[in-house]
Amino acid sequence: MATLQIREALRAALDEEMARDERVFVIGEEVGHYDGAYKVTEGLLAKYGERRVVDTPIAEAGFAGVGIGAAMCGLRPVVEFMTFNFSAVAFDQILNNAAKLRQISNGQYTLPIVFRGPNAAAHMLSSTHSQAFESFYCGFPGVKVVSIATPYDGKGLLKAAIRDENPVIFFESEVMYSVKGEVPEDEYVIPIGEADIKRPGSQITVITWGQGVPVALAAAELAAKENLDCEVIDLRTLRPLDDDAVLTSVRKTNRCVLVYHGWPYGGTGAEVSDRIQRLAFDHLDAPVLRVCYEDVNMPYAENLEKLVIPSPERALEAFREVAYRSY
Amino acid sequence: MDAVSRDTAVQKEPSAEAEPGAETSAAGAGEATGSSTGPSTGLGIGELRHLYTQMLRIRRFEETAARAYTRGKISGFLHLYIGQEAIAVATADLLKPGDRVVTTYRDHGFAIALGCDSGACMAELFGKKTGLVGGNGGSMHFFAKDKGLWGGYAIVGSHVPVAAGHAFASKYSGDGAVTLCFLGEGAMHIGATAEGLNLAGLWRLPIVFVIENNKYAMGTPLSRQSPIDDLTLRAPGYALDSDRWIVSDVLETRARLAALVDRARNEQRPALVELLTYRFRGHSMSDPGKYRTKDEIEEWRARDPLHRAEEGLKAAGLGEDELAAIDDAIVQEMDAAEAFADESPVPDPEHRFKNHYVEDDR
Repeated sequence: MATLQIREALRAALDEEMARDERVFVIGEEVGHYDGAYKVTEGLLAKYGERRVVDTPIAEAGFAGVGIGAAMCGLRPVVEFMTFNFSAVAFDQILNNAAKLRQISNGQYTLPIVFRGPNAAAHMLSSTHSQAFESFYCGFPGVKVVSIATPYDGKGLLKAAIRDENPVIFFESEVMYSVKGEVPEDEYVIPIGEADIKRPGSQITVITWGQGVPVALAAAELAAKENLDCEVIDLRTLRPLDDDAVLTSVRKTNRCVLVYHGWPYGGTGAEVSDRIQRLAFDHLDAPVLRVCYEDVNMPYAENLEKLVIPSPERALEAFREVAYRSY
Repeated sequence: MDAVSRDTAVQKEPSAEAEPGAETSAAGAGEATGSSTGPSTGLGIGELRHLYTQMLRIRRFEETAARAYTRGKISGFLHLYIGQEAIAVATADLLKPGDRVVTTYRDHGFAIALGCDSGACMAELFGKKTGLVGGNGGSMHFFAKDKGLWGGYAIVGSHVPVAAGHAFASKYSGDGAVTLCFLGEGAMHIGATAEGLNLAGLWRLPIVFVIENNKYAMGTPLSRQSPIDDLTLRAPGYALDSDRWIVSDVLETRARLAALVDRARNEQRPALVELLTYRFRGHSMSDPGKYRTKDEIEEWRARDPLHRAEEGLKAAGLGEDELAAIDDAIVQEMDAAEAFADESPVPDPEHRFKNHYVEDDR
């Protein structure tokens, strides 16, 4: 085992897949000569050259579209968005081209393409640079959506995403690139579509992903001191959802709280809640609660931002509520 | 012509004789592009007969589709290519195997020109299982990868970066192919187009962007879309070669397009071409075209490349009976296409679940 940062684990995945398959290339802003805005692609230009590490001007719709067109021709692009906030400019390319070209052409094209980059709030970047995009990208068929929270998952799932024959949206976290964890020396791939139990428990199912994972785990620690035993499930893939993992846990604990970065109205958290009430109604002893962003645009001021973003303390309150504990 | 015309009130219409393309400087190379000698010569009557036949097939296909639409056999949007046929026919005739055509929602003409079965095309309009894309795409989304038709795209400008991506792949893999990306003049003012043109120029991709300027973006004339009337003035800003001409002669159009395609293929010189053309029908079937005058329509009818080709064939000695025989055969083909579409089954209910993910189709 090696101990790697998330950025290093992602880089290792890119490096291994580029070495393995000549069709894989990286494209985006500052991925080459600058060595990556968050240093995920550091060293790849020196190793693979400008043909396969392609710097672009600031033109998200342009280079996302170029990636899509190249994928239709049999290449396997990895498109980096400096942050997913900028992917809004390329949304049409993903929604109307990446997700639909196979279907409207009746299966004539395969689109093995990855769109990756950091997602959700970092720290004091205000509203346009603090958004969680999973609700948008999970909201239509034709793409798969992955969100990672550890170096191990990052490497294994990025390799899976690059090898997948479909468009994959791959969410990372700006504030988690330096998080360290153990990564096997030997090659491995984590299948897309499988959740992971990050902490086993018996009394409350805590469903989370991405930047929500450390919040949920910290909250579970706090809950343990109150003799509340939480099972923390990291979905890892948001589309397709691992219903079995969610339902198996909820049927065991009979209580569920979702902890995630993202707005409450509609979207991925609401979808998971719907599935639980629909598929495990008789097993629930309390309403499913969600601990997520408040329904506001993200403020810049540090004290206000802290109030909007889910915290372990706020999650703990939800755990107490579904357990009918009052203090 | 002024380098940059700010006169939005007057559409400066280059005459065929004036050869506007010769006046448009080529970016990067710093020299004029395009033939200034007019229609290509030295081609036999067989060649013109072939191009004429293909143009007439498109026109008859579109007329058949329009009739079927008014009878309720076709629904949704139907954008006809009548008047613009010479562009698709010239293109199809100069492509090499592996080259790609990417176009807009006005895509039937390219499908017919590139050799797609007229029955399959009509069946797609009818929403049938036997359609070109199995009833998934309809009029606006014809795809036939094996024929070189890489798609009809219906979000304006959205296909321009994708087409640049095809050309990027050609450069990456060295396959020697050229991508021809067609867009309406209405697509010249949206961001995705600008980004695609810039990347193609920046990376010297093997691509030719062809603006089919049919004067109106739906009902909005170019004078109310753009501060300049010559859209190739934008080409130097992206280091693209350019040419510009009125499409009245299919042979001229083929020759001038071929010159640009050759440079894109062999000299790393991507291009932006503006073809001045006209659709004789409305934007779509629901558009009566009240924004245009009869005089304007008559002016363009006089330039109709189909009629010019017919006159050329007559002048070369083809008799009325031979021309009638060509048309009769085409009318029969289109009648058969309509009957095939009418009699074909609708898609299986399960078909709606297919083709979203590769796993769906295993």
